[in-house]
Amino acid sequence: MSTSSVTTSSVTTSSVATSSAATPTGAPNAARDTWNILVRELRPLARDPFSLIFSLLQPLVFLGLYGPLLVSSSGQPVGETLSWFVPGILVMIALFATAATGSNLLFEMQTGSHERTLVAPIARSSLILGRSLKEMAPIIVQAGVIAVATIPFGFTVNLPGMLIGLVLLAIFGMGFGALSYALALASHGRDWLFWGVQQAAIFPLMILSGMLLPLETGPEWMRAVAAVNPVSYVVTAERALFAGDLASAEVLWGFVAAIILAVVGLAVGIRSVRRSK
Amino acid sequence: MNPPTNTQTDTQTETRPTETVIFAEGLSKQFQVKRERVDAVTGLDLEVRRGELVAFLGPNGAGKSTSLRMLTTLLTPSSGTATICGHSVLADPASVRRRIGYIGQGNSGSYGQRVRDEMMSQGAFYGMSRAATAKRTAELLDSLELAPLAKRTVMSLSGGQKRRLDIALGLIHSPEVLFLDEPSTGLDPQSRAHLWQHILDLRRDHGTTIFVTTHYLDEADQFAERVMVMDHGRVIADDTADALKTTLAGDVITVGFSSEADATAARTVIGEVTGAETSADPGSATTAPPVTALSVTVQSGDRLLPRLLHGLDAAGVPAVSATLRQPTLDDVFLSLTGRSLREESAGTGSAGAPKLTPTESESLV
Repeated sequence: MSTSSVTTSSVTTSSVATSSAATPTGAPNAARDTWNILVRELRPLARDPFSLIFSLLQPLVFLGLYGPLLVSSSGQPVGETLSWFVPGILVMIALFATAATGSNLLFEMQTGSHERTLVAPIARSSLILGRSLKEMAPIIVQAGVIAVATIPFGFTVNLPGMLIGLVLLAIFGMGFGALSYALALASHGRDWLFWGVQQAAIFPLMILSGMLLPLETGPEWMRAVAAVNPVSYVVTAERALFAGDLASAEVLWGFVAAIILAVVGLAVGIRSVRRSK
Repeated sequence: MNPPTNTQTDTQTETRPTETVIFAEGLSKQFQVKRERVDAVTGLDLEVRRGELVAFLGPNGAGKSTSLRMLTTLLTPSSGTATICGHSVLADPASVRRRIGYIGQGNSGSYGQRVRDEMMSQGAFYGMSRAATAKRTAELLDSLELAPLAKRTVMSLSGGQKRRLDIALGLIHSPEVLFLDEPSTGLDPQSRAHLWQHILDLRRDHGTTIFVTTHYLDEADQFAERVMVMDHGRVIADDTADALKTTLAGDVITVGFSSEADATAARTVIGEVTGAETSADPGSATTAPPVTALSVTVQSGDRLLPRLLHGLDAAGVPAVSATLRQPTLDDVFLSLTGRSLREESAGTGSAGAPKLTPTESESLV
């Protein structure tokens, strides 16, 4: 190999000396780092917003194929059934999207992109915080689109209720996303483990939340499990919010459940990334 | 070993240009693989001064990457200490990370991201301003011939293009110390040349200390002023490439004769002229029983060869062929380990006297 053939398009590095000299000293700035991670994670969504709409296929299938069954079996008017069903579907969007989000990290761990961020002067907590905060954006967009799209079919929306509902959903999604990232870190190099645990978790969480069918008529043990399922509280709160019942206790419990989930999720996620060496 | 000649030291640096930038003492790493202890790196002692370019040479699995990962805070050592620019990799990893660049074996760019976006994120990670990052990104993408791909996603790049992006990402903040793990794997010769041009430029302009692992012998030979040879988790040699070749390998002179009798008679002559022990050329010894070629390992073979041929003529045993082969770093590795770095999998541990190197057929031209 010979370097003589190189057309010396060498970088003029003099200008960079000033920028690297401006590098701050001391401990990493977690707020700035979180912001940088968040911006990085949001860029692909901003570049290709259609990808968000495309991933709405699954909730649309449930609305289109499961909804009519629900309407005919409940014997209630379409509008009323939708008021009960659509808030659950919105939680389903948040649940499925954020549960799978760890797979992105899993892939970046395999390619080396995650390693690059580990060797950069970034606070470890920011790696999880920034990514988890990003989960809020697609949830708000997707849930908003579905809620608005069902209005022509008789879904009635209380606007302030819907906006608060989206905030609740975003908090829930951030917490669940953080757990998914923690799972990805724990299953490093073992994709099967990630998907196995993920699938084993989301379906019971979904069914035992009363998302698709009311649990009031189910056996007692199911209701007992649902009482400790945070998703169940979020679903109930969303239904109250979309109905305009803003000051109800259900809403409060929904927020309590989502915030506890977010705190636990972030704590577990941050702990995982700090220990992942 | 030459002291670093660079004088244009970074204004940030507190101390003299000859300061130790990379330091390790007794650095070791053991892994538990299925209840079996694997000693990946054992007792690594290291001292690299500012501006040095050090190559870590060794076969796959020798412990090069593990060493690098410990020095770059990615892996916690099992024992031992390491500091980068005076900051402990264990006690103060944040300060270490701020000063180093690392180009790992994988692809640094996230597949769903656009090339330019990743560069901008990377600059932000290192605390660079948007303007400085944009300027530096333009320079790097341009010179690594990635500029037309700036808006493409990393996923859509070819292997070589992805590798060039890894390099651009690693260089964005013009680090004080740059670690590269097998940087040129998968690159075509022109990209390899470009990569090295960048590394050498960075070093010239900023006095960057460069630590590179490679299994490309020519890279270590051509660019590194200091070569550390690693095998089975231990550093087995540490010197300039030339010194390693002179002291550990030497030149091999192979002389052919018209008959076995001539060859036998020539042994003493060769011994007298070179002062070294002669052996049957292993290439011919294994194939045909009559030994008509002899090999001898010497230093400064180019000066010795004319005298040797003269001596053989005078003794009445003229040579019918003569080759001189100057050593490569592979010969160094072979003499240290008995295995060839080129064919590490096919390495036979049964090489005879360490002085004796098998004559490669391709060199007999």
